[in-house]
Amino acid sequence: MFTSMLIIISSLVLILVTVLAKGLPSMNLAMITQTPKGGYYLGKEGGVLNAIAGSLYLAGGATFLAIFISLPVVLYLNVYARKTSRLAAFTRFSFDVLWGVPSIVYGAFGFTIMLFFGLRASLLGGIIAVSLLILPVMTRAMDEVVRMVPQELLEASYALGTTRFETALKVVVRQTLPGILTAVLIAFGRGIGDAASVIFTAGFTDYIPYSLLRPAATLPLAIFFQLGTPFPEVQGRAYASALILTVIILIISIVSRILTNRFTKHIVK
Amino acid sequence: MEFKTHISVQRLNVFYGNVQALRNITVDIPDRKISVIIGPSGCGKTTLLKSFNRLIDSVDGVRVSGKVLVDGENIFDPNVEVTHIRKKMGLLSQKPYPLPMSIYDNVAYGPRIHGIKNKKELDRIVAHYLKESSLWDEVKDRLYQPASTLSLGQQQRLCLARGLAVEPDIILGDEPTSALDPRSSQRIEQRFLELKNEYTIVIVTHILRQAKRLADYVVFLYFGELIEHGPAEDIFENPKEEMTKEYIKGIIS
Repeated sequence: MFTSMLIIISSLVLILVTVLAKGLPSMNLAMITQTPKGGYYLGKEGGVLNAIAGSLYLAGGATFLAIFISLPVVLYLNVYARKTSRLAAFTRFSFDVLWGVPSIVYGAFGFTIMLFFGLRASLLGGIIAVSLLILPVMTRAMDEVVRMVPQELLEASYALGTTRFETALKVVVRQTLPGILTAVLIAFGRGIGDAASVIFTAGFTDYIPYSLLRPAATLPLAIFFQLGTPFPEVQGRAYASALILTVIILIISIVSRILTNRFTKHIVK
Repeated sequence: MEFKTHISVQRLNVFYGNVQALRNITVDIPDRKISVIIGPSGCGKTTLLKSFNRLIDSVDGVRVSGKVLVDGENIFDPNVEVTHIRKKMGLLSQKPYPLPMSIYDNVAYGPRIHGIKNKKELDRIVAHYLKESSLWDEVKDRLYQPASTLSLGQQQRLCLARGLAVEPDIILGDEPTSALDPRSSQRIEQRFLELKNEYTIVIVTHILRQAKRLADYVVFLYFGELIEHGPAEDIFENPKEEMTKEYIKGIIS
């Protein structure tokens, strides 16, 4: 057990060290404040602001969209459906299967849908593909916490003459708010770090997206393209981009911790 | 003698899957008195209590036949609105379950849902019912703190205040003191004795001494069957059925 723990901790440390060691020398203000200038991928001036903005828009939009599907599903599973409901069991099973589907498949699936609607690679396409990708993650993470709500708490609310809808919204959501937030942020983290689902759907561009129907760059793809060049300075920038992505994810984890602590005070054990 | 009761149970049968939890129960619960349902664990006491406000609906595979009349209305009638029935009854469960919000919001929760928005009116309601449940003096300076910071005994009184705030006619208690220390239990019992002039109170308990302290009317259940019911003094002093005698003497439990 100790060895396994050691492996996990050391791999985390190793990743951070690698990204820091290789990324820091290429890190500068221009990286996060400028978009790529002409010849950027040949080692000239510029930064990856296009990808930072694109990633944040894309993951943010996808998370937002996914919440409106996950939360109702989870509330239905836990408040409305009976404990022995076959539909509920099947829904949970489907989400487990969907969780295991590789992200490139979501990318391809999203692409097919886009073609059907005549959409080109765009921010909107990326948002839809990524929201499909993070839906199972978000739903199952929420489900795990909402399942823990004691039946007696629901009954306490019903006994006051409230409907299931009122109980779900006012009691269940409040009781599990920290867990729900964590689920949302986990999903956001998963969405912002994924490359395969956005290759076809969001495309890539050197500009900051200003419309949902325009292509959007993303950090994982920026890392991929920069690493693919034969120039050491551009490869260095790939690590710098990876550093930026890591920092964003780190910030999300810390924020989720803080929010969780703030909202736990009302929880009834 | 014709007397109107809030709760009148007529030939009630409840099944959980293939298990029959209640067999052909017929009993009238007297108004503005404390009725105590006694009997050993697992004999259907809680099922009977929860059928009064249809909380058994949420149990899987439950089937009900017979009637429970509340104010003359059969609550198992498909056309009855469940929320309307439940609003008439406050419930205290075995362990207090305060809602995940502040002390104030816990009491205001019911009234708000039922349409009271005026802040002054809510303030008045919250203060009034916290006093009714003798919690006001302990919490008046920290109404906006989470209810989970209260002690268990205080939480149970908060649940009482929350239940009273929807202005029910009936208070149901499912072993409401079983999770509490003796002093808190005593305070709750005291509240029941004071509230019985205004409310019809039904309590489930397996503590015989508590039943003797509180009961005006006793319903004795044994494995889903109604063995005997009647005024407390008759049941405790002069039970008719052999089984009741043995239970009260402590031979069976």
